[in-house]
Amino acid sequence: MTDLLDPPVQLPPVPPAHEAIEEHGHDEHHGPTGILKWITTTDHKVIGLSYTITSVIMLVIGGAFAEILRAQLATPNGTLVSFAQYNELFTMHGSVMIYLFAGPFAFGALANIMVPIQIGAPDMAFPRLNALSYWLYLTGAITMLSGFFTAGGAANFGWVAYAPLSNSVNTPGAGADLWIGGLLLTGFSAIFTGVNLCATIFYLRAPGMTMFRMPIFTWNMLVTAILILLAFPVLTAGLIMLYCDRHFGTHIFSVQGGGVPVLWQHIFWFWGHPEVYILALPFFGMATEILAVFSRKPVFGYKGMVFATLSIAALSLGVWAHHMFTTGVVLLPFFSIMSLLIAVPTGIKIFNWIGTMWRGEIWFSTAMLMAIGFVVTFLIGGLTGIYLASPPLDFFTHDTYFVVAHFHSVVMALVLAGMGALYYWGPKITGYLLNERIGKLQFWFLFIGTQVFTFPLYILGLEGMPRRVAVYPHDPQWKFLNDLSTFGAVLIGVSTILFVVNVAVSWKRYPAGDNPWDAQTLEWFTTSPPPHHNFYRLPQIRSERPTWDYNHPEHRSLGHGTHPEEHHDEVSSS
Amino acid sequence: MRVEAKVLLGLGLFFGLMCAVYWNWSLENAGGVMMFAGMLLCFLPGSYYYWWSRRMRARPEDDPNATQGQGAGFVGTFPGTSIWPFTLGMGAFFVVLALVFGIWFLVPGLGLVVWALLGGTAEGRRGGKY
Ligand code: HEM
Ligand SMILES: [Cu+2]
Repeated sequence: MTDLLDPPVQLPPVPPAHEAIEEHGHDEHHGPTGILKWITTTDHKVIGLSYTITSVIMLVIGGAFAEILRAQLATPNGTLVSFAQYNELFTMHGSVMIYLFAGPFAFGALANIMVPIQIGAPDMAFPRLNALSYWLYLTGAITMLSGFFTAGGAANFGWVAYAPLSNSVNTPGAGADLWIGGLLLTGFSAIFTGVNLCATIFYLRAPGMTMFRMPIFTWNMLVTAILILLAFPVLTAGLIMLYCDRHFGTHIFSVQGGGVPVLWQHIFWFWGHPEVYILALPFFGMATEILAVFSRKPVFGYKGMVFATLSIAALSLGVWAHHMFTTGVVLLPFFSIMSLLIAVPTGIKIFNWIGTMWRGEIWFSTAMLMAIGFVVTFLIGGLTGIYLASPPLDFFTHDTYFVVAHFHSVVMALVLAGMGALYYWGPKITGYLLNERIGKLQFWFLFIGTQVFTFPLYILGLEGMPRRVAVYPHDPQWKFLNDLSTFGAVLIGVSTILFVVNVAVSWKRYPAGDNPWDAQTLEWFTTSPPPHHNFYRLPQIRSERPTWDYNHPEHRSLGHGTHPEEHHDEVSSS
Repeated sequence: MRVEAKVLLGLGLFFGLMCAVYWNWSLENAGGVMMFAGMLLCFLPGSYYYWWSRRMRARPEDDPNATQGQGAGFVGTFPGTSIWPFTLGMGAFFVVLALVFGIWFLVPGLGLVVWALLGGTAEGRRGGKY
């Protein structure tokens, strides 16, 4: 076993290893404390924690908006909010969830914390840029939400801000400009995080951590980061054009001045569809890690998984106009074929997830339940997405609740995976486990709630109920289906409350130890929480499961041939 | 370095092919231009990595048999704490508020930005504090 452990790596600021463990507590670091620490830190773990807390608050805010929307729709002629308020609420619900929760939670919070540790790096490549990302995200969030406190209210043109609805005549007022400004800030924050992740993964891996030994989560974050760099600048450029149209009298998106309204849709969705994968790939990665660890097996088809991720990224730049089928000016066959093709790598992933669990020693922890719930829910969302990729079916369902149901199956799957990741990695970040009983209860509320919330919406969509309406015709069946959906939303709300309760109940209660799940990847080799600059020592890295190899010398992944059941893809180097 | 290069070059190649098919078939310029730019954005760093990967020995992180000892030593300078990202972020915040509430917000905004840039650069030269 000792042959697996080399002398400690000397990363510059870490004092010689062993004394350090004894002398200080885990995370101790000489520097400012309290609020000043929060403001001046460049430690990726502290920044990541700020991101985690902020983005979970955004989930709660966005969720609260959603509950108001569903309460309004519980009766056909709801009077809870006015039409104008309903428009603001669905716009801000979508915007908060997409721009301020899902993305930042994935790459600002979990990737920021876990990617450097998973590859044995002391920090992100550009720690100060990382801190800047957080401040741009926080101020962007404040900017966008402060629209509610202006006279005209928050932005109300939908989270997609289609021209010409978003011009200064149709949507005057500060709320819309605050929305644009907030997006500019969070957009740059995402770009900087993308740069940081790429540089970290390319340049700060530990010796022996070849590209094809990186954990799947890290791989997915690399691909996500590349997609961020490809997509977000387009959005930023589009927002600047939109601002110019609103305030400087340009006519880029207005017919009167010779502009092209549909150009906004091209620009928005050229960002928007890759964004779908920017949101999804990180959560795929989280689920993959969890499924492998709690099946006590290596990831099934590791290389297939990586290539599936890469092909999703490759295709994702060529499908944007499937959101624009009904404009009548896009090349239907091209976008339909490309969109259908994406189903292939996605299908490979689902197959590999099942393969990972197949004949494993499954441990139904909360994290595992969430990950399985993710696979099921994502499958539903993915399959209904295939319908929408077919233009004739999309003509029929576009702008109905079918679409809302489809993407909520997808995004709620992401929420499930994200919750699973909090249960799985939370102990590494904080040093304490969450309560499993409350966790499982939370899972059932979240999982059942999601299905009860989305299924009626599919039917309503097929029956023609349009999205973005605050009232609907009196019809007993429609009322029943809407009530059912609202009930599902309430169950989801309860699950969120259970999560908050769990955090409060488990607060510093159940010490986790370094490796509570007997996990496989490098982050479980260091202490919980990891010390400043992450590692006192590193194991020898000979496979994509270095921690497992170290703890289970008799079942090493590197012993190719000796354990046929452990045999998997030959790991190769660059 | 070689896998890194291949990932980017492979993506760029695919975007290039896709762009050629799309642009010729649809004759729609916005998407064509954006796809073309996407291709360039992959080729730029990709070819840089490829160029280097042929001129350098495998780094320890590219070597499947590397021992941890090979990574010992200087990794880089990691500033422990710094106030400048916060200052810069607040500057950017005020600049954006100027887009909404009026030009005078640019005064604190640009002031903070310039201050942060100067301070951050100076700190970078000193190597930051730990
Ligand atoms: C608590 C669970 C959730 C509930 C109950 C919920 C409910 C709703 C409702 C009622 C609408 C408005 C439908 C309409 O009037 O057209 C909506 C729209 C939307 N939701 Fe959710 N949602 C939830 C979670 C999420 C999550 C997690 C995301 C993304 C990560 C998300 C993204 C969106 C988007 C993008 C829209 C479209 C907004 C627009 O039309 O401009 N939702 N949701
Ligand atoms: Cu799409």
